[in-house]
Parts: sequence; C-alpha cells; structure tokens
Amino acid sequence: MTDLTRLSLKETRNGLRARQFSSLEVTSAYLEAIKTGNETLNAYICVEEEIARNQAKKSDERLAAGEAGPLEGVPLGIKDLFATRGVHTQAASHILDGFLPEYESTVTANLWNDGAVMLGKLNMDEFAMGSSNETSYFGPVVNPWRPADDDGSGPALVPGGSSGGSASAVSAMLCAGATATDTGGSIRQPAAFCGVVGIKPTYGRCSRWGIVAFASSLDQAGPLTRTVEDNAMMLTSMAGFDSRDSTSADVPVPDFAAAVERGVKGLSIGIPREYRMDGMPGEIETLWKQGIEWLRDEGARIRDISLPHTRYALPAYYIVAPAEASSNLARYDGVKYGLRVAGKSIDEMYELTRAAGFGREVQRRVMIGTYVLSAGYYDAYYKRAQKVRTLIKRDFEQVFADGVDAILTPATPSAAFAIGDAEMAADPVKMYLNDIFTVTVNMAGLPAIAVPAGKDRQGLPLALQLIGRPFDEETLFAGGRVIERSAGLDLAPGKWWQK
Amino acid sequence: MAVDGKTVRRIGSLARIRIDEDDVDNYVNELNVILGFVEQLNEVDVEGVEPMTSVTPMALRRRPDKVDAGGHADRIVSNAPLSEDDFFMVPKVVE
Repeated sequence: MTDLTRLSLKETRNGLRARQFSSLEVTSAYLEAIKTGNETLNAYICVEEEIARNQAKKSDERLAAGEAGPLEGVPLGIKDLFATRGVHTQAASHILDGFLPEYESTVTANLWNDGAVMLGKLNMDEFAMGSSNETSYFGPVVNPWRPADDDGSGPALVPGGSSGGSASAVSAMLCAGATATDTGGSIRQPAAFCGVVGIKPTYGRCSRWGIVAFASSLDQAGPLTRTVEDNAMMLTSMAGFDSRDSTSADVPVPDFAAAVERGVKGLSIGIPREYRMDGMPGEIETLWKQGIEWLRDEGARIRDISLPHTRYALPAYYIVAPAEASSNLARYDGVKYGLRVAGKSIDEMYELTRAAGFGREVQRRVMIGTYVLSAGYYDAYYKRAQKVRTLIKRDFEQVFADGVDAILTPATPSAAFAIGDAEMAADPVKMYLNDIFTVTVNMAGLPAIAVPAGKDRQGLPLALQLIGRPFDEETLFAGGRVIERSAGLDLAPGKWWQK
Repeated sequence: MAVDGKTVRRIGSLARIRIDEDDVDNYVNELNVILGFVEQLNEVDVEGVEPMTSVTPMALRRRPDKVDAGGHADRIVSNAPLSEDDFFMVPKVVE
C-alpha cells in the first residue's frame, strides 16, 4: 500500500470516504511515523496512542454508517497550548507540571465534533513565547529540513516558533494537519521555516476559550497543513462563534475550501514599500518579486502602497504583549494547579514557585510587562504603545478603504537558522526581529496566510505572506493557492531521520 | 529610561518572581536591551490619538448575571497541588 502519511488532509478524507483505507490504518501509519521520527525531531511531547486508536475505530463506524463528519477519521496533532480534557496540557512549561484539564478547548471540541482523530500534543515555545521553539521546557524541536549539502554533520535547524512542534510534525508527515496559535507570528514564521501552510485568521474568528492565554488581544488559533486547500478545510472546522469567549466574532463561517480555486483575477494587491527593510537578503527580495509576477500573471493588479507605521509595530508589540502576559500569567501561583515550591510565607511560595516554574524568556517577558504597567511608567510605555497600535491599524484601514484587496509581503527575513544560534541567544531583540513582517497583522487584528514560495540557496523553504481585510480569509486562500500552484515546489523533506 | 539593580529587585517582587542576587546584573542588561529597543516609539507623534482598547470594532457582549456552569468544586480543585474538602490549601496568611 502507498504510504498513507504522504497523503494530504483532503486526500486522506476522500480516501476514507471512498473506503480505500480505514481511519485505523491511517492512524496507525501516523503513530508508526511518530515512533520512527519523534526521537530525532521532538515534535510531540505526548503521544496518545490509545485515544487515537479508539477515536479512529469510532470514525470507521461512522464512515461505515454513512455519518462521516467533514474531517472524519483524519489524524491531527494538537499544540500543547490547547486544553484537552484529561490529556497533557502544559503550554510546554514546567509550571503546569501534571496539569490535566477538566475541560476541552472550543477549537479542539469543534475538530472532534467534525470527526478528527487526536494523535497527541505538540511541542512549542513555553507559553508560546519564542521564535525558535528553544524556550520549551521539553527541549528544542528539530526542523525536518536541512541544507542540501548537509550530510548530517551540520547543526540541526530550528522549526521556528512558537508553533514549532506543529510545523515540524506537519512537514515531517507525523500528522495530516495541526492546530497552532499566533500572537506575533507563531503560526506563519514556523510555517515559513518548515515549508508548510499556515493562516492566522482574523481576531475573533476562532474561539480562545480553553487556549492557554499569552496576550489576549493578539492571540488567535489557526491551522498548519501541507497544502492551501487542507488549510481552508481545517479552518472551516476550527472556526465559529463561541459565547464563552467574549471577543469571539458572531459572524457566519464560510466553506473556506470553496474559495481556494477562485483565483486572483481583478484583485488589487498592495506591495508595501516599508517592508523593504535595510539589509534584507537578496533571496527574500527575489522571492517577493517572483510572487508579484505570479499574481500579476494570473490577472491581479499590483499597486505600491504605504503603511507608514510598520517599523513601530515590533517595539509596540514588545510592550503590549508582555504587559498582557504579565497579567495572564499571574494565575500560575502554585495554588490552583501545576508546580508548587514550598515557602515559609505565601509570598515566598509564590516567588519560589514562579522562579522555578517559568523559563528565562517567560520570566523576562513577565518582568518587562510588570515594569511597563507599574505606577509611573504606564503612560510612557503601555498607553503610548496602544496609541501607536491605533495608528498601525489605521494604516491598514486606509489602504483597504482605497480598494486594496490583499497585501503581499515576505513572511520572514530569512530561512531557518541553527539551534543554539549564538547571536540570537546573546541578544533577545535579534530573536524578536524574526517577527518583523508578521507582527503588524496581530497588532491590527487582521488575517494573514504564509505559503511556501521558494527555496534559498541551501535548499531551505522560504515563504510569502498575504494579508487580508478583516474576515476575508477567502481571498487569502485564493491568493495563497495561486502562489502554491505557481511555485510548484516539492515540499516533502528527505526523511533522513528514518535511517 | 533605563533600569538598575534596585528596579530589577522591585519588579521581581511585584511580579512575584524570586531573582537570585547574582542574576540581577543579567536582568539589568537584558531588560535594558529590550527597553532600548522600544524607546523608538518616542519618535511617533501620538498627539490626539486614542489608545486602542479593542482590536475589532465590537462592544463586549453581556449575559444575565446567573450561574450557568457551577457545582464543580471537586473538579476545580482536582489539579491543585494541595487541597482539602474542595478548598485550595496555602501557607498560613493570618497570624
């Protein structure tokens, strides 16, 4: 039989419906692939073999009865940030040691209702804070891609972050698709680094209920998949109004997959001049130009646009996100769940628990957040950043009001870098710059998709990003598909970890 | 604005994170790098600009003020490191 893990999510679903193979067969194939690959890649921090096989058997019964849901029998990986009832949920942090939720996140509940099968929980940067998956308490994730001339002696590459486990697992075919979350680029940057497709939907599109909170005004869930069409299918299942999330948008969810082949003819695509950064590598510049050509060739009108406050998005983000994080993470106190380090007083217990339970990057961000919210600094930092955020959003609103349908930019300033990169480790701001092209979108609450569009000279994947109007993910899937089809890349990494 | 050792100790105590004495200088450096980076926001003219309070144009929904998911004390404390009779247990706070 063909390797079932190589099938796209759509091919898997269709094959299941046509009874060419069973969900138990495809689920077992993925569990086998995880067994062979995970020791090297470290993408899963918890594999739920029994749950997966039981869900697969139930799916097979529904398929036999003709009661299949939209994702019936399709095996997925779930980022460790999503609460899954009775199953490992630690946001890849030490401070949530042993935590087993008594409830299921809305997004994962939606997926199970549509028939999906859970393979396990995926590694990530601790509390989704990071761009390399190196801040995880469970160790770094390895990118399935390595330079074409690397015989295995070179350093392993990061998968990006924070959804590094999700991107690595999808790319390495350790799941048919994965959930992820994006606060400043955490879906799109790992998608770019691992050669997979990732969308950050409009703020409010997917419910945040049951997702461990990082920065509540920026966090948004989305799917990582191997194709644009798979991505549209998975988002259709994940999205939807939820009264338990006060910022959930009460708008209808279209069948996103129906928009995938719509094309870009007649669309107005904006090219923002502020994204042409100093010192941008030539390969990124070339990729961007190529993307412009592809969209033009398919009938899109290309327009130069200006988003003047772009360069202030990242510094404003590094005030707003840590401020919200310091507040959200106050709940980890050694009382309600997870780790507890005993102290003589309650304050000493709090301090020792949080010092032992949070990793360095998380502590750093909580400290920054606490500082910018503290008496005397609130106006100078936090309030000013929120004003700048208004200006960033206004830039986009003006461009869209001017008739632009979507905006094309690079997804990242480079391809994947090595685990333990000395420059990034020495300077937190260098690591933060990974999100320079993605973070504006979170600040403005907009949807954006990252689609593999080329490879660098070492053969590593590179991606382009399309940014859309609020709640117009459909245009992004249509444009993303044009990029995917025009690029025509082989995005299956050599399975060097199988030896 | 730059932070010093005294400020780092104060933030650590506000954030309820114990900072080791020999780690204070590292924190001073790391926080100052980040604060130096965000300093560029001072270039932006924000005169008359409203600070963002909601990223999407929406009013917070309201619901009737009644219990709709109560009665689960045992499940709420099920993950607590220390609990007794459905109460969370903490070190003594009142002498």
